[in-house]
Amino acid sequence: MPAIWIIAVILVIAIAGYFLARGRALASADADPRKMHSLPSYYGTNAAMAAAGPALLILLAWLIAQPLLINNSLTQYLPADIIGDAGETSLAMADVNRIAGGLDLAVAEGAMTAEAAKNLTVETTDVRAELAAVGVALGSDVDAATLALAQRYRGATALGDILKAVVVIGLSLVGAGVAYAMTNKDFRARRYVESAVKLILIAAASVAILTTVGIVLSLVFNTIEFFRLFPATDFFFGTRWEPSFSGRGGNSDLGFLPLIWGTLFISLIALIVAVPIGLFAAIYLSEYASPRVRSIAKPLIEVLAGVPTIVYGLFALLTVGPLLLSAFGANGSFHLGWMSGGTAAMTAGLVMGFMLIPFVSSLSDDIINSVPQAMRDGSLGLGATQSETVRQVILPAALPGIVGAILLAASRAIGETMIVVMGAGAAASLSMNPFDAMTTVTAKIVSQLTGDGEFNSPETLVAFALGMTLFVITLALNILALYIVRKYREQYE
Amino acid sequence: MTDNTADMAAPASKGKSLLAQDARTRKRNAAETRFKAYGIAALAFSILFLAMLLFAIVRNGVPAFTQTFVNIEVELPADVLDKNGNRDIDDIKKVSTFGYNPLIQDALVAVTADLETDVADGDLKKMLSSSAGATVRNAVIANPDLIGQTVEFEVLASSRVDGYMKGRVVREDLARDRNLDAAHLDLVDALSETGGVTRKFNWAFILGADASESRPEQAGIGVAMLGSVFMMLVVLLLSLPIGVAASIYLEEFAPQNWITDLIEVNISNLAAVPSIVFGILGLAVFIQFAHLPQSAPLVGGLTLTLMTLPTIVISTRASLKAVPPSIRSAALGVGASEMQTVFHHVLPLAMPGILTGTIIGLAQALGETAPLLLIGMVGYIASNYPDGIASGFLDPNSAMPAQIFEWAKRADPAYYERAWGGIIILLLFLMTMNIIAIILRRRFERRW
Repeated sequence: MPAIWIIAVILVIAIAGYFLARGRALASADADPRKMHSLPSYYGTNAAMAAAGPALLILLAWLIAQPLLINNSLTQYLPADIIGDAGETSLAMADVNRIAGGLDLAVAEGAMTAEAAKNLTVETTDVRAELAAVGVALGSDVDAATLALAQRYRGATALGDILKAVVVIGLSLVGAGVAYAMTNKDFRARRYVESAVKLILIAAASVAILTTVGIVLSLVFNTIEFFRLFPATDFFFGTRWEPSFSGRGGNSDLGFLPLIWGTLFISLIALIVAVPIGLFAAIYLSEYASPRVRSIAKPLIEVLAGVPTIVYGLFALLTVGPLLLSAFGANGSFHLGWMSGGTAAMTAGLVMGFMLIPFVSSLSDDIINSVPQAMRDGSLGLGATQSETVRQVILPAALPGIVGAILLAASRAIGETMIVVMGAGAAASLSMNPFDAMTTVTAKIVSQLTGDGEFNSPETLVAFALGMTLFVITLALNILALYIVRKYREQYE
Repeated sequence: MTDNTADMAAPASKGKSLLAQDARTRKRNAAETRFKAYGIAALAFSILFLAMLLFAIVRNGVPAFTQTFVNIEVELPADVLDKNGNRDIDDIKKVSTFGYNPLIQDALVAVTADLETDVADGDLKKMLSSSAGATVRNAVIANPDLIGQTVEFEVLASSRVDGYMKGRVVREDLARDRNLDAAHLDLVDALSETGGVTRKFNWAFILGADASESRPEQAGIGVAMLGSVFMMLVVLLLSLPIGVAASIYLEEFAPQNWITDLIEVNISNLAAVPSIVFGILGLAVFIQFAHLPQSAPLVGGLTLTLMTLPTIVISTRASLKAVPPSIRSAALGVGASEMQTVFHHVLPLAMPGILTGTIIGLAQALGETAPLLLIGMVGYIASNYPDGIASGFLDPNSAMPAQIFEWAKRADPAYYERAWGGIIILLLFLMTMNIIAIILRRRFERRW
């Protein structure tokens, strides 16, 4: 029975439970809600939740666990020569799963009878051709051992599916039954329903923890796998980034230094653009501008924050790059010859800087506004001009917050992907020239992971190690920034 | 104020008129003016950049919404298209697009018959998109009665001709171009005077499917738009309930303990994690571990949900916090339980704020590209509409930003125009969503 039918059955039981329990509660109170502990609908909801909640949870867990358990128990039956090699084992098991899935599909589409699929042998049938006919392509011909394993898999799955249906529907019936039996006018149904709702709320709140755990686990496991295949010292201290494209060829230079150099270089350019402009814009808007100018200019700057990064990427690639090339290229208006292509660290850095302006300015704006008015008044009252007040009173007071804002902007710049993928170029280099093409950690994560997803070569797995370093760097910057901002806020509250 | 106390210690200005500024005051005033000028310059600079960005988008993108068509009258002879003469649809389908190409070439020769040109008859078809044969064939299959008649067709011009009409391609560019000669352009000029070549609004760009690398004139963003819509449905259906439930717990019920702190720290950190990391998460969990189909809007939606959740939680908590405690006290006072207070009174009052935050979160997710690159939504040519709801979620598709990126990577400059055009459509979507959010806020926001 497919999962969708089981869910439908559970829902029917839940709805039936709702009306039965509600009716029973009303009957026990002589149809007078005033004699009941809770509103009638709570009794019904209680029964429906008891019928559906545990059953659906078990179903979900079962759906995830069953294939894993069956695969694990079948792995020991694989030919002895490939057990122990993680890559080959997973490939062999993938074949088994494909054949089993293909046979199921063939039966479902009527290309094979269930009996024929069960008694299939390699000698009498060309399994590969049969499966190709229903749209399942296999990489190689099927050998007897794999087919036997696939049949075992199908057998175990069929048994598991029957068990699953029985257990889950049974649980649902038991839940509904218990709730029904407990229902009478004095049963505190509202309490039960409300604690169940609270559990749901807690589960939703813990999605945030699960996401973080998911990020960390997916990064950590694949990173460990990478360091088993590739020496960590070569990764962290290598100065060359030249992955071989032959897949499992080895001989790749996967040095981290050129990538982090490019990342930091481009982020630095971006910050040099964004910090002064953003800061001065924020100072002007909060200290000088009339309310009318402020009400027009502030939303305009914030429009920049709402523009998707793909737009900035395209702008870097097709507008800013050629523009810079025509100024600083060999044939450019200054005949400098500094730049040999439109994609360069400068291109990406400039555009990223503009992207960060609203980020810096709105954060600084908040921080400058939270400096107490008394400090301004005191300074102005002593005869300081407005700019002296800003420079010598407000900025020092707001400095920790502004540093926090700059750190947050830096973390944005380091994690930014689309602008560097499109604007910075693909060549990893340790160059000092801002007009050279450079590449970054994020750009290389993209280039190593797009393509087909076989996670067993260092060339692919390196992306997870890069992601891990990126995650750690940005996390550290964020925590530091939040710490500084929070500490500063406490001072004036 | 060290500067000012220094002034008092040495009262150099004593005895002079108060109206005449001394050198030091002038210096300070000049510094003031300069400082203010820096601020104005910074503001002007950012607004100038915004203007440049918008100008580049509009100037480069607007041409994508029109397309050049060539009007030709194609003879559809029965002896070529339906050899058996019984109008059997299967027989008609046996004639491939190659069978139609000679007919189109004849039609082109007829159109250009009274024009002087040194283009060989066989080269005339370079003016047309290679999709012309398919256009005519589809019309014939849809309506077999056309066979035997001479029918007027409006077929796409090739991307070079289209570029020439839009001023993107100039004659000098064609010197080393195998796909078109300057002589073709003379024909195009002559034909556009007589109305044989026209430039019209191109619905196919907005509603159509992506095309192969060599046919930019045929490519549209419609299928990718559907992919984005399905993705946004997933994001909305998951992130709104989960986000609201999480915020209610944290804002109304969570006790002050380390678990609550842990959740709060996690949410604020997730809001700042680079989007590419969410892509890695989606790849590892949904594709590597759970074996969900690659490039499917479902996976994209799940990944973007995780990314959008912190945004929605933060804005929902703000709007829950804005509901005054007196409402809660009143509800509790007339005997509502805590849960009833929240769901019957606080949540409805916070709803406009929650919806505003959700729409802004969705707009962010709609424009996000980086995570989609990792789960395989780039590199896939979205050339087919999904068959139904289920295949809309599960079949490989692209999404608007991924499609734009894909076009920007292709070699033909005609695709750059499409990419800019796609950006206009994407920005229109985002603008609409933000305007709805602003209206919601203006219309329903209550001040307590």
